[in-house]
Amino acid sequence: MTTASTSERSLTRTGVGASGAGLRRRSGPVQSHRWYTPWLLIGPAVVWVAVFALWPFLNTVVLSFTNARPLRTPEFVGFDQYVKLFGDDQFRYALLTCAIYVIVCVPLLTILPLLLALLVEKKIPGIAFFRTTFYFPVIASVVVVALIWGWLFDSKGIINQTLQFMGIADKPVAFLVDRWWLLACAILLTVWKGVGYYMVVYLAALGNVGKDLHEAAMLDGAGAFRRFLSVTIPSVRGAMLLIAVLIAVSAMRIFTELDVLSHHTGGPGGYDMSIVMMIRQAGSGLNGNLGYAAAISVVLFLLTLIPLVAIALLNREKRANS
Amino acid sequence: MSATAAIVQEGSKKPAREKLFRTGGAGDISKPTVGGLVFRYVLLVIVLVLVIGPFLWQLSTSFKGAGENLYTFPPNLIPTQPTLENYTKVTDFIPVYQYAWHSLFVAVVQVISNVVFAVFGGYALACMKFRGKGIALGILFSTMLLPGEVTVTSNLLTINGLGLANTLWGVILPGAIGAMNVLLVATACRMIPAEVLDAATVDGATTWQRIRHIVWPNVRGMVSVVAIFTFIGAWDDYLWPLMVITDPNNYTLTVGMAYLNSNFSPDPRLIAAGTIIALVPIIILFSVTQRFFFSGVQEGAVKG
Repeated sequence: MTTASTSERSLTRTGVGASGAGLRRRSGPVQSHRWYTPWLLIGPAVVWVAVFALWPFLNTVVLSFTNARPLRTPEFVGFDQYVKLFGDDQFRYALLTCAIYVIVCVPLLTILPLLLALLVEKKIPGIAFFRTTFYFPVIASVVVVALIWGWLFDSKGIINQTLQFMGIADKPVAFLVDRWWLLACAILLTVWKGVGYYMVVYLAALGNVGKDLHEAAMLDGAGAFRRFLSVTIPSVRGAMLLIAVLIAVSAMRIFTELDVLSHHTGGPGGYDMSIVMMIRQAGSGLNGNLGYAAAISVVLFLLTLIPLVAIALLNREKRANS
Repeated sequence: MSATAAIVQEGSKKPAREKLFRTGGAGDISKPTVGGLVFRYVLLVIVLVLVIGPFLWQLSTSFKGAGENLYTFPPNLIPTQPTLENYTKVTDFIPVYQYAWHSLFVAVVQVISNVVFAVFGGYALACMKFRGKGIALGILFSTMLLPGEVTVTSNLLTINGLGLANTLWGVILPGAIGAMNVLLVATACRMIPAEVLDAATVDGATTWQRIRHIVWPNVRGMVSVVAIFTFIGAWDDYLWPLMVITDPNNYTLTVGMAYLNSNFSPDPRLIAAGTIIALVPIIILFSVTQRFFFSGVQEGAVKG
């Protein structure tokens, strides 16, 4: 929120950029363009956002108060869809699934990438190769990653073979069939795929940390762990908060991992269905219940606002204190 | 793991040419000790195995012949009967190469439209003064925090209403112009000195000429970032094409692969071949353009 408003302000302040602060850009002597040219240039983007993001959002909110279905005139039904939603067991499972996702992913994906960033931070021979390779899972599609891990977690797959060989399990573990194992596998692959991305974000943040702080701490006799706690963590605190919020939001929106690993079913009995899987199920096809899908969408939107509001409040508090 | 660790330890015992580590009594305490350096490499290799191991296993599976046992222990990473036939046999179930073309088509069209309109819009926002700029910016920023999943139901109605249901154009349309991309290019355009643009205007350059000869060369770095991330986003997208396309003949690659996986429960070798087909374009793109990725993520992190 804050980043958005600051860059908006600086964007409107045209011409101050590189030409020296305080120098106003004249609109007088050089008439550079006709009045409608800027709108020809920016128009398509504005129309697109309005048509494919702003309007559908408003439409979703409106639909959520109707009983809309494909090929039928919708009627206003007030809060019926929401009442139905909160009485729906399926939605309760979906909330639980997403809540577990958030609770597990946020700490893992906040800490692991930082450790990885510290590991690849030093410029030692071959480090560029390691950095690049660690980033690779990020750009592979989630579907592909889910299929790869689906094969690893197969009842006869390499992980089960290894477990049985080592005597940890005497029969194959039902990784992709059991409700909790399926969720654990999905989380594992989200983390595996996400670590490289946040590693790069942390690398940028670590680049801004002065070397002298570390040296000073070292001279004072601080060990590696002590320096991690007292120098590294405080200096990347901002990035950490941002990353935690990004992860929380994207964990609520989880879809592909669970969908592919469970073959579209949401696991046994639909226990592992996520909120977005419910949106898709209700919102597509000729039997779709659009009003219901819209209500779920609105709830999802409100849920994703929670971490954003939390970080905004936290930042404001910090500013008030300092 | 112990085997790899041993190899690494052996590898790094070679005397380093530039001293990477602290030798006895040396002053620079910021350099690691030999032990520290070896430990670092061991950890790096462990992570490396965890990261590329699954990909290698998939690659290996895709080359295994029909007669080869997939379930041996210890597993065979090198196929004993290497073959390419899985890459043709997979087409018995799904037209995987056609799906790849669909994905490529969607990705390329989205890259072109995003780049063109991001440069136009970014230039207008950053370098021009006009009435209603605040409104334009407000609309572009308004949906920044809106997850795409919230609007899929309504967008599907729009696409159906336009008669684009079940078509690739329906997949392309909503993502053809991204607000974020416009704003990213706008920040790059702000770096162009106003004097240069004014001078060009005085010399009689039209708006188009200014975009072509001044703006474009100056924002090419940011445009590359926009192009690469748009391509990857389109190539990897799953939820939206899954909702728009109902006819298996029109699927994109990701949707087609999930379809193969859940409807035929075929040979793991065939799924492996399909996933490798899906990975190859990304690997090529990544190895050619990797220097942009890190700058791209960092731009996104700072601005987003």
